Amino acid sequence: MAAETDVVALVLRRRADPTQLLQILREAQEELGWISPETARALASTLGVPATHVESVVQFYSFLYDKPRGRYRILFSDNITDRMLGSLTLFEHMLKRLKLRQGEVSPDGAVSIDLTSCTGMCDQGPAALVNNRAVTRLTARRVDEMCDLVRAGVSISDWPSNYFRVEDNIRRADAILGSRYAPGSALRAAIALGRQGMLDEMKRSNLRGRGGAGFTTSVKWESCRNAPGAERYIVCNADEGEPGTFKDRVLLTSYADRVFEGMAIAGFVAGAARGLVYLRGEYRHLLEPLEAKLDAMRRDRLMGAGICGAQGFDFDVDIHLGAGAYICGEESALIESLEGKPGKPRIRPPFPVTVGYLGKPTVVDNVETLAQATEVALHGGRMFAGRGTKHSAGTKILSVSGDCSRPGLYEYPFGVRVEQVLKDCGASDVAAVQVSGPSGVCLTPDEFRRHIAFEDVPTAGAFMVFGMERDLFEVARNFAHFFAHESCGFCTPCRVGTALLRDALDKIAEGRGSRYEINELMRLAELLRRTSHCGLGQTAGNPVRDAWAKFRPAFERRLIRGEFDPAVDLDAALTRAREIAGRDDAAAHIGAEA
Amino acid sequence: MSGTDTTILIDEVPVPFRPGQTILDAALEGGVYIPHLCHHPEFEPHGSCKLCSVVVNGRNASACAMKAAPGQEVEVDTPDLHAYRRTLVQMLFVEGNHFCPGCEKSGDCQLQALAYDSEMMTPHFVEFYPRRPVDASHPDVLLDFNRCIQCELCVRASRDVDGKSVFALAGRGMASHIIVNSPSGKLGDTNFSVADKAAHVCPVGAILIKRVGFATPIGERRYDLEPISEEATRCAVGEFK
Amino acid sequence: MSALAETGALPKVRLATTSLAGCFGCHMSLLDIDERILDLMKIAEFDRSPLTDIKHCGPCDIALIEGGACNAENVHVLRELRANAKILVAVGACAINGGLPAMRNRLDVGDILNEVYRDPDGVRSHVPNDPELPLLFDKVYPINEVVRVDYFIPGCPPSADAIWKYLNDLILGRMPRLDHQLMHYD
Repeated sequence: MAAETDVVALVLRRRADPTQLLQILREAQEELGWISPETARALASTLGVPATHVESVVQFYSFLYDKPRGRYRILFSDNITDRMLGSLTLFEHMLKRLKLRQGEVSPDGAVSIDLTSCTGMCDQGPAALVNNRAVTRLTARRVDEMCDLVRAGVSISDWPSNYFRVEDNIRRADAILGSRYAPGSALRAAIALGRQGMLDEMKRSNLRGRGGAGFTTSVKWESCRNAPGAERYIVCNADEGEPGTFKDRVLLTSYADRVFEGMAIAGFVAGAARGLVYLRGEYRHLLEPLEAKLDAMRRDRLMGAGICGAQGFDFDVDIHLGAGAYICGEESALIESLEGKPGKPRIRPPFPVTVGYLGKPTVVDNVETLAQATEVALHGGRMFAGRGTKHSAGTKILSVSGDCSRPGLYEYPFGVRVEQVLKDCGASDVAAVQVSGPSGVCLTPDEFRRHIAFEDVPTAGAFMVFGMERDLFEVARNFAHFFAHESCGFCTPCRVGTALLRDALDKIAEGRGSRYEINELMRLAELLRRTSHCGLGQTAGNPVRDAWAKFRPAFERRLIRGEFDPAVDLDAALTRAREIAGRDDAAAHIGAEA
Repeated sequence: MSGTDTTILIDEVPVPFRPGQTILDAALEGGVYIPHLCHHPEFEPHGSCKLCSVVVNGRNASACAMKAAPGQEVEVDTPDLHAYRRTLVQMLFVEGNHFCPGCEKSGDCQLQALAYDSEMMTPHFVEFYPRRPVDASHPDVLLDFNRCIQCELCVRASRDVDGKSVFALAGRGMASHIIVNSPSGKLGDTNFSVADKAAHVCPVGAILIKRVGFATPIGERRYDLEPISEEATRCAVGEFK
Repeated sequence: MSALAETGALPKVRLATTSLAGCFGCHMSLLDIDERILDLMKIAEFDRSPLTDIKHCGPCDIALIEGGACNAENVHVLRELRANAKILVAVGACAINGGLPAMRNRLDVGDILNEVYRDPDGVRSHVPNDPELPLLFDKVYPINEVVRVDYFIPGCPPSADAIWKYLNDLILGRMPRLDHQLMHYD
């Protein structure tokens, strides 16, 4: 059967390596539109793994489908910033025009429309993915045009190219974004320093991870170098799934050479010859440009064997794509995903620097961290540490979105005050700023003089601005839905707890919540913080805790006056029975308690 | 009082440990009960149920996954941790359809026994009442997914002990569920056997041997006779000796 | 409890009981306290209950509710008891988690009604629709999903000893607890 031959070829192109399963499935999905049971079985038998392993991977990732989803699979980005720009109205409009319900496939098998988590286009939304290609700046008109294109069966490669235009929107450039970079200059500087010398500069620099955790990078590199074993890996975490974060997207679009050189330098220091980039599936449009960049670097001897002519400095990079799972931004879940499995975080310790990819010592660094490492190579650790603050050296790239006139990228030395960022991005009458996404913190005006720094307000980069007219309860609810959708499901507190948090907020939103729900929410948030297996669960309760503490009236105006309301709308629960009995008399209804 | 190079403190009581042992293993061997559900002495730690949540030197940890080390002061028996464990059990109850009166595993069920131990008087949370299948296709073994707690013991046993890989865990979040390795998805179409390790490793009533009903009278079942806290440590101490 | 009764110092504890979508097994278990009911009646009296046949509840101290909420009438009764009782106790598996009747929750209630009441060709019969009949909810609900519940006595049914211990604790002002022997869900 044709499909079977196709997938066998896909598998063989990847050396029938089971760890490549996610990439194989992604490629099969792109060719076939979905992973049918036959396709799954063919893949399983060619790879020599149980069919259930293939099914479990397909069912884990949002962008892999075990049922047909149409030739056009349209996903609207559903971050709060998209909603603030009217995304839901456009979503409903498109459903109506194509006569679909959410998630449903059209009878002719042409199209399905659904929502997806933040796609990282917050500064140019509302955004969507069409067969995993990013479409930005949706308007009613663009949506109508897309409907016409779908109806006419026009291939996506023939759609107007401006639909897919993704801007960098660099608003404030500094060390990384602002310098004219001579390709290879960091590599040559590192080679001149030597492996130990480069490590020493990294130590002097105090460079800390830019992905949110803020771990000291030199410690990571050194631990990996010192871990026993011959094979080591450098992994670039380009999953950037935290809603509101899009700075890595720009780095990979326009500063990829600094990122790749940073990886090679990490390999140089840590003793790794292989690098992997884990690129989120939502940035699928970057795959070919990044591969082209790597090819160009290889031609210029900036990648591959004998980099810049240095004997023994061998390093090369493979790019792996994600498939729609925020949890894969967690470094151990990311490694599981690289190994072709569902992205469930591992038990830690041991940490990746000792037991990582394929059980080998692995450095997992954020995109921006690796770019910053080239700064250290070029200018030395002391110069690097001279900018920023005592505990937060260097510059930080913020991705600003929401209620501001100039959304986009802002690079500042660490220590910049929140109010400065607000001024520069053209935000006024600000009610709140969500820093570092839903897993971060919600700041109110009394806190705007605080500093962006690890020792004060840490961030991976997301900076979402909410004006006075915004409903901060709805913001918290949007975030709760996000966490419940993205929970990997491994541990009890997060799997069930994020669903309970979401349902309690929905109940309040429907006007059936009381103080009872508030009590439950706080209790759940605390349980998740204390017992979850990873950072997703541990921070899932943050938004509701912050919102209750700082925006209590937004909750209270929705709460009923009593202390408790039934779990369900009891009158609605009688609907089906009314229908069957053909009754609508008074006794066929039940009111809310007097 | 403080620990030594070979003892840790658990609720201020010194408990010996051997290098490489987890806190849970050291505790159980030393006669100290830490609640656990997805843990099985013949398998590597899983770390999913979180019933074994403890506080180690002020930080939260899973006792099954953390290696014992000198200097550790472990809190197990605190009101906060009791409350967390009860809530975790409640979450497991409302997530599935755990109807004890109709379940053959009742009285021998670790989830139920832990619920008794944590004095769970009610599952408390709004019941999800999920639609989950029952698979009676196999001649000797019944699968009732209403009761699955996703500990993956059946997955691991089938893969690593029986060499059959009959089960796998698929899906994400609340949609996680066990799937069966056959084109039909039914157990009857696999080479699963009642003699498999995987047929006897389920801590709850999700995998049951057919035609075994009320073999042990009510009142004489494992957890009728003693609470799980006593039974678990008694077995562990015996096994490690 | 007898010692308390002999002082004659306190007014009688008013108890209400009802079975909603329950099998009355919990009530039978309550009656299994046998002669201890004589001690109980020295210090307590029943308000609305199947035992008294009082149809509507007045103010009372403790309401024991057996059974979950399967239809609108259950909710009216439950609300009346909640409004009148200082303490509301869910007794037994059905009140606590829906129990056996909740096994219909995986099915569509309309399909169930059709299956039960309509003959195969669906022509001659219909689902009863008299306005006096209470309508079924889409699911059977535990009572704590309908009203605020204060205490829960698990069991199917809880034994007479468990109910007796629990009632004693409540009446005498102690936090009710059941030891290992009395605590079971089946």
